[in-house]
Amino acid sequence: MPGYLPPEKRSPLQQLGDILWGVYTQLRTIVMIFSHTFRKRDVIPYPEVKPYMPPRYRGRIVLTRDPDGDERCVACNLCAVACPVGCISLQKTERPEDGRWYPEWFRINFSRCIFCGLCEEACPTTAIQLTPDYELAEYKRQSLVYEKEDLLISGTGKYPDYNFYRVAGMSIEGKPKGAAEKESAPVDIKSLLP
Amino acid sequence: MATIHVDGKQYDVDGADNLLQACLNLGLDIPYFCWHPALGSVGACRQCAVKSFRDENDKMGRIVMSCMTPASNGTYISIDDEEAKAFRATIVEFLMTNHPHDCPVCEEGGHCHLQDMTVMTQHHSRSYRFTKRTHLNQDLGPFIGHEMNRCISCYRCVRYYKDYAGGTDLGVYGSAANVYFGRAEEGTLESEFSGNLTEVCPTGVFTDKTHSERYTRKWDMQYAPSICASCSVGCNVSPGERYGEIRRVENRYHGELNGYFLCDRGRFGYGYTNLKDRPRHPLIDGATVTSDVALGAARGMINGASKVIAIGSPRASVEANYALRTMVGAASFYDGHATQEGELVKLALQIVRDGPVPATTITAMEDADAVLVLGEDITATAPRMALAVRQAARGKGRALADEKKVSDWQAISLADLLQRDSYPVFVASVDSTRLDDIAHATVRAAPEDLARLGFAVANLLDASSPAVAGLDEATAAQAKAIADALAAAKKPLIISGTGAGSTAVMQAAANIAWALKAKNDATGLALTLPEANSYGLAMLEPQPLADALEALASGAADTLVVLENDLYRRAPKAVVDAALAKVKSLIVIDHTATDATARAQVVLPAATVFEGDGTVVNYEGRAQRHFQVYDPKYYDASLAQVESWRWLAVLEAASGWKILDDITGACATAVSGLAGIVDAAPGAAFRIDGLKIAREPHRYSGRTAMRANQAVSEIRQPVDPDTPLSFSMEGYNGVGGLDRPAALMPYAWAPGWNSPQSWNKFQQEIGGHLRGGDPGKLLFAGGATQAYFTDVPAAFTPSGSGSGFRVLPLHLHFGGDELSSRAEPIRERASTAFVAIARADVARAGVNGHATVSVDGELVQLPTFISDTLPAGTVGLPAGFAGVPFVAYGVDATVSGG
Amino acid sequence: MLDWFNAHPHLVDSLIESVKAIVVLLVTVVVAAWMIWLERRLLGLWQDRYGPNRVGPFGLGQVIADMIKIFFKEDWIPPFVDKLTFIVAPAIAMGLMLLMFALVPVTPTWGVAHINVGLLVFLALAGLEVYAVMLGGWASNSKYSLLGGLRVTAQTVSYEVFMGISLMGIVMLAGSFDLRHIVEYQAANGWNIIPQFFGFCAFVTAAIAVVHRTPFDLPEAESELAAGFHTEYSGMKFGMFFVGEYVGIVLVSAITTVLFFGGWSGPGVESHAWLAFPWFAFKCLCFMSGFILLRASLPRPRYDQMMAAGWKVCLPLSLINLLGTAAVVVAGAHGA
Repeated sequence: MPGYLPPEKRSPLQQLGDILWGVYTQLRTIVMIFSHTFRKRDVIPYPEVKPYMPPRYRGRIVLTRDPDGDERCVACNLCAVACPVGCISLQKTERPEDGRWYPEWFRINFSRCIFCGLCEEACPTTAIQLTPDYELAEYKRQSLVYEKEDLLISGTGKYPDYNFYRVAGMSIEGKPKGAAEKESAPVDIKSLLP
Repeated sequence: MATIHVDGKQYDVDGADNLLQACLNLGLDIPYFCWHPALGSVGACRQCAVKSFRDENDKMGRIVMSCMTPASNGTYISIDDEEAKAFRATIVEFLMTNHPHDCPVCEEGGHCHLQDMTVMTQHHSRSYRFTKRTHLNQDLGPFIGHEMNRCISCYRCVRYYKDYAGGTDLGVYGSAANVYFGRAEEGTLESEFSGNLTEVCPTGVFTDKTHSERYTRKWDMQYAPSICASCSVGCNVSPGERYGEIRRVENRYHGELNGYFLCDRGRFGYGYTNLKDRPRHPLIDGATVTSDVALGAARGMINGASKVIAIGSPRASVEANYALRTMVGAASFYDGHATQEGELVKLALQIVRDGPVPATTITAMEDADAVLVLGEDITATAPRMALAVRQAARGKGRALADEKKVSDWQAISLADLLQRDSYPVFVASVDSTRLDDIAHATVRAAPEDLARLGFAVANLLDASSPAVAGLDEATAAQAKAIADALAAAKKPLIISGTGAGSTAVMQAAANIAWALKAKNDATGLALTLPEANSYGLAMLEPQPLADALEALASGAADTLVVLENDLYRRAPKAVVDAALAKVKSLIVIDHTATDATARAQVVLPAATVFEGDGTVVNYEGRAQRHFQVYDPKYYDASLAQVESWRWLAVLEAASGWKILDDITGACATAVSGLAGIVDAAPGAAFRIDGLKIAREPHRYSGRTAMRANQAVSEIRQPVDPDTPLSFSMEGYNGVGGLDRPAALMPYAWAPGWNSPQSWNKFQQEIGGHLRGGDPGKLLFAGGATQAYFTDVPAAFTPSGSGSGFRVLPLHLHFGGDELSSRAEPIRERASTAFVAIARADVARAGVNGHATVSVDGELVQLPTFISDTLPAGTVGLPAGFAGVPFVAYGVDATVSGG
Repeated sequence: MLDWFNAHPHLVDSLIESVKAIVVLLVTVVVAAWMIWLERRLLGLWQDRYGPNRVGPFGLGQVIADMIKIFFKEDWIPPFVDKLTFIVAPAIAMGLMLLMFALVPVTPTWGVAHINVGLLVFLALAGLEVYAVMLGGWASNSKYSLLGGLRVTAQTVSYEVFMGISLMGIVMLAGSFDLRHIVEYQAANGWNIIPQFFGFCAFVTAAIAVVHRTPFDLPEAESELAAGFHTEYSGMKFGMFFVGEYVGIVLVSAITTVLFFGGWSGPGVESHAWLAFPWFAFKCLCFMSGFILLRASLPRPRYDQMMAAGWKVCLPLSLINLLGTAAVVVAGAHGA
């Protein structure tokens, strides 16, 4: 530090000035802290007053449904593999009547979840979403293991319009090949016309 | 050798390779689709483009397809060239124009070559704004799922299915951008090798339907290096497990055996291990008990017996059979093969181990230029050999190409040169086989006549071998043609085996091979065997099964221990019933519910090949280790299935066997022929960098959730004291400077390579041996010249009248194998039981759609199949089928209508 | 019974005085305990939050809850400590503080002990206070405790020197060591804070240091010494140290009130005698809050800084103050 002199090299007058300056700063601090008596509090008394949670807050995880009311999850396992703590596991199965993939069971161990949101980011169908609900405390740790019936909600969550099967080429009941968005009708393979 | 320059660096490569293969050999990544090490280059996909320069001063260069360019000396190329990179990114974008955006619901996702290559080329969003072309899919049977919209038109499927595997029912239809790969009409794919389409297809057009039902991503399964138990070839497989079920069997590359391909029985026949009605708990008189109680009961039975005898198993590991032999003593240890089969296996062992011609590897079979298949339907009894024989026949293309100075990877040129030509293949068998389409000549005759043909061929090749008396003219001419072709060949190959049920057939095959060997050192011989570990059992020198049944029936022994064996498949029902009726205590150790377990007082649940460690010996005498894929107790602590040798080690407490290495070592010491089994794979103490090798991929998911429904507190991962593999993802996974030994590779994965193409990263050279040597240890050191077999049988004479017929066991790819036939998709694919009858005999037998067949006093009614190829005077029964009685070789049956 | 009382008037007096003493000390302890609540609430206030507000009205029951908790904690004595000293130390801490409080004249009529050298006794007892912490630190047989004990010894010894000197000005002015006399002097001549401002500054600094309260809490500096001298303490033995500290604050507030702010005196006390205690309590409360404010605002100095401030600033300051006062008193005496 240019111009800095250690205390023992300063003149007595300078040292006295230092003391006075020090006393002043301490007193100023005290006054400033005291002025907080008249400030608004930064905290809220939580259970009585709920804080505002933005819609994209990363709280309790839910499984949503597409606009048709069917499960969005196609059991692709990407949330599970994205999960850094390995707290998601599921089993794919297929509905024989309409050919949709869906999870036979879907389990999240919230006692392990760190609410990082990577599962939501990995989800190609916007099925898995984190919600602003953060009140998850339980007395028994086992109660933090959520099965599919605990996770599945009846709405679309944050993405009201997205429907994976309308975009993807897989045919399901009511949406044969060529009926997805930006698809043309199936070609006639018996024809040799280009 | 050639020197090439890639991005300013100089490399020495094999000049016979194309540039793509040469660069992959060097570890340089070039994206590709249509090229496949086993299928060659066609230049269809344009993905492997690189910049080629005239010389080091050429700065302009031009784009070439590396798979279609020879790696000739002085080649200058650039992979990293900006223009080449942009070109490749454009190509993958073109290929993806009509891709259906369905990776999340695609069974290929996660081990998809298209995904890997898209990532490698860094293509991410498409510019194409118009509608996508779509196709309708077909139902291709119980094995293969079809989704044409994912196709990128690389033509690998038809090149594999039609050209490589000789299939006829998969083709390409339509034109231009509309090409369609499928069947002319919806229906089950006929080839026995259709399953390889799932690995050959670089994307998800052909996927494993048996896996889709309980689908799990590749990274989510636990794997172990395993050996297929469906036949004696011992193909290396990589079974994947999730939640306590085997979910999929994938090929595990072996440079000398299966290479890149498996048969459908091996790939889709794993379902028996997931059956709900399997014994998974010890049973006493059908009631579930704890292991200790069952062991106590078994001990009591053994100690209280007047004499204990034991029957081994050709489908159980060497260790299990050895443990059983040690427990009861060699004199009381009996063969698990049917009596005649046991003799045949002994003879095969004698020919292959002690004779001058050792067994040929599958890869070497592909290089043969004349093949004689004598008495065997290898598509059923050793399927992977049939695929190799097809390559041998096609191999003429390479010779023709060599003449014309065309590189052997030019797949289209080779096919054009070959047209419908091929190297000679002769199939002599009791009935038509699936190899007839490539045969230059086929012979259909009873085993005796096949043997006579074989002896005649041998006699023509070497006059010092026994001559065949009374040979008819036609057979003599056939023998001459075959002998001439074999004598002219550079690498003749003889394939025979136990399937015909005749020692004479195998002796004839041996005579031919030995006669050829004297003239041509490159002569090959392969003898197929009844089961996966037939040699392993035979080398323990068990007593014949018939003696065991007799000892029981006569009361000489009152307690029987049966190891992984259904006696009703090994002897006529009446004989087994008579023997078991006298047995005081029957102890059965098995993993599958059989008629034998149903009669047992004590059933000890054994581990299947997927659930246990053990060593098996294949047709070459190659000892190979299969490893436990998962620990069932991790999911359900009450499950009690463990390896048979472990049950026996506990029963025989004095043995002191604690881990696999103990018993393998004891067996190697005690049985000199099996000394090599300890080297089949590294022992339990083996470590890489101080680490065990991880069974799970490092991205394995859900570890803290998969058992959370049982208890939220995670239990410790299972510990594996037996092997150098660890359960869980903890351990060495191949990312690092060190290679895992080939025998310990649980699954194929390399950074950036998730598909089975990643095997390229573990081979010494692409399509060659695995680094560190192919797995397994050959136990046979090679024998000495033997005297020719001289017992030429008399010709078969049909009884001519009445209802008596010789019964010939017909081997079928699906349905005859004891274990795989229990798997649901195989049951769906297999035909129902039938009796085949020669057209000439229909009138004599008086059958009309159905026939009543009586064998050894057992009466069954079966639908008839009129055969144009079956020799007159015989009937064929599908061997091993449910509802078909046990057929001893050479036995006669009466057949009547109704 | 009444006869007996009439027969023994001095015994009755003693009895009344004893009751008074018990009441005063009990009130002190209770006030000290509730000061924990006050401190936490005030710290909350100044840090823009609430502090304990769940148990009872305004969270007042928090102290009771804490008490219940601390009483039911295991009375754990680590196996490696010097057992006797370990137990005695917190008792000394608490006991000495209460003993000092006995000297404080609360109102004209209330107060435990009336000693004409009360101020000297106070200084003497304050000097003894160091033993509690030193013994506690030594007996714990742990490096953190020992370091805390060493620090407190040096700190107390240093600051006591000028604590006494800083008060001598008052003694000169009032001409007495009697605390009641000093209060009465102020009631007549105005509060000592005005003539003895520098003395006040030095005394407050010293007092904080002696009761090792933030910012001079170096003996228990948690960022350096775990919990300093009471690292090994838990349960009620820790509680005694803890409450002792708060009794110390009440004491210092009361002494400051008595010495510099006129004790119980204040407007209206002459006419309404009952106002004496409210005045006293109010003044004390102000000081107590002030100490909490110091804790809320000032950081802990480095150890050498603290020693330097004591010897190089406060000691000269109190000496100058002493000399100045002496000069004024002498000049006043000559002038009078």
